[in-house]
Amino acid sequence: MENKQHGKVFKYGDNVDTDVIIPARYLNTTDEEELASHCMEDIDSSFVENVQPGDIIVANKNFGCGSSREHAPIAIKAAGISCVIASSFARIFYRNAINIGLPILECEDAVKGIQPGDEIEVDFSTGDIKNLTTGKEFKAQPFPAFIQDIIESGGLIEAVKKNKL
Amino acid sequence: MDHFTPNKDIKAAEQCKLVREFAKKHEIEHFYDVGQMGIEHALLPEKGLVVAGEAVIGADSHTCTYGALGAFSTGVGSTDLAAAMATGKVWLKVPPAIRFNLKGELQKYVGGKDVILHIIGMIGVDGALYQSMEFGGPGLSSLSIDDRLCISNMAIEAGGKNGIFEVDDQTVEYIRQRTERPFKIYAPDEDAEYLQVYDIDLSEIRPTVALPHLPENTTPVEDLKKEIKIDQVVIGSCTNGRISDLRTAADVLVGKQVSPDVRTIIFPATQDIYKQALEEGLLKIFVEAGCAVSTPTCGPCLGGHCGILAAGERAVATTNRNFVGRMGHVDSEVYLAGPAVAAASAILGRVATPYDL
Repeated sequence: MENKQHGKVFKYGDNVDTDVIIPARYLNTTDEEELASHCMEDIDSSFVENVQPGDIIVANKNFGCGSSREHAPIAIKAAGISCVIASSFARIFYRNAINIGLPILECEDAVKGIQPGDEIEVDFSTGDIKNLTTGKEFKAQPFPAFIQDIIESGGLIEAVKKNKL
Repeated sequence: MDHFTPNKDIKAAEQCKLVREFAKKHEIEHFYDVGQMGIEHALLPEKGLVVAGEAVIGADSHTCTYGALGAFSTGVGSTDLAAAMATGKVWLKVPPAIRFNLKGELQKYVGGKDVILHIIGMIGVDGALYQSMEFGGPGLSSLSIDDRLCISNMAIEAGGKNGIFEVDDQTVEYIRQRTERPFKIYAPDEDAEYLQVYDIDLSEIRPTVALPHLPENTTPVEDLKKEIKIDQVVIGSCTNGRISDLRTAADVLVGKQVSPDVRTIIFPATQDIYKQALEEGLLKIFVEAGCAVSTPTCGPCLGGHCGILAAGERAVATTNRNFVGRMGHVDSEVYLAGPAVAAASAILGRVATPYDL
């Protein structure tokens, strides 16, 4: 995985729950493409048609609250999103995102300084976030090495196979 | 096997088949299929599969339920669970704790659900984010184990990592009746540090409801300013499908009829609870009151099956989440409450308490 990503921002509010990220009525499949085709549909019905590979989700506090369904970060990743930045994440979503290899960053300043549609660039190894539209820069705490290892391996399963844990 | 069984549709049937074949191939001892199956978080404590002092992870967010028995338990995703099964290890950060000192006794028709809704209303859906919620104090003795399981169950709805209760004689008796496995009682240190300490007087808590679309939107039912008409009532789930919940609902429904405009569905949480409710005559009370009684399933709680809402429809449910689209159409609404409020609402066709009857 590239350490740097850049893309257009989709921005959401507080408490985006896993039921709106991927409604339970679609949990009868584990097909990533099918999950991606319903991603965010109950909160933003135009998300799926507008998202481009590399785009970035930015949200306020408690992103991913609710159920433990891993389908949520899987749907986001398969939809082409390269990174989620939020003021805070619900803890199970946080773990799941790492475990399936979806980069996430906590940075309240960045959330305040980024608007929908802005182009931003993110460096996962340093935690640097640049708003290319406004020129503003932000700094998130980068992951500790063992978590970066998991993400770079493509998720926890691959990391376990490589005896990284 | 609780979420989509009895098999919801062909895709779910294929998923369940995979699980059934895996369980058979690996001779999984504790595998419970339709006819034996219960909702996981009611079934595991009931079968004595969780005891005090254990560390438990489960691939469902409501795994935090077992804190009621003095266990550390928390939900993870399926990849975390698979890695733990393969390696015997899991990484967890020790969470800071918030303490809830309980005193006083609950009033009639007020239960564990009203307590936890009251608390989530107070601290918010991320009020315990990454934290351990710890419950104890003199009020503990007035809370049944079913009440405590309900309270711990919804710790996740405040963002909590776990919701753990101090162990008392009731806990020990509950565990002893179910298993001979050894258990260990942990108590908080006398000089334990807490991020926050809350004192809760149980006698002041009134029948409570969480309005759409977050569990933190709580209000005592009697403070509602306007009439809220409803189309469906669901009594069940890993939050409130236990025998004491069904007894409370039956106590309200006995000799009465549910509103013809309200589809009322009762889901005993496990096969044993179903059998016990049958023996105690509760199911007869429900059926005579015009309710439908279902085999155990998570079904409508997550908008899976067996009670999906159409656009514009409203339900009062004893379940745990009222997010947008949770029980069906994106324009439907879920009002979370305990079994007494749910049963009274079913009779009156609006959000109500048994005091209104």
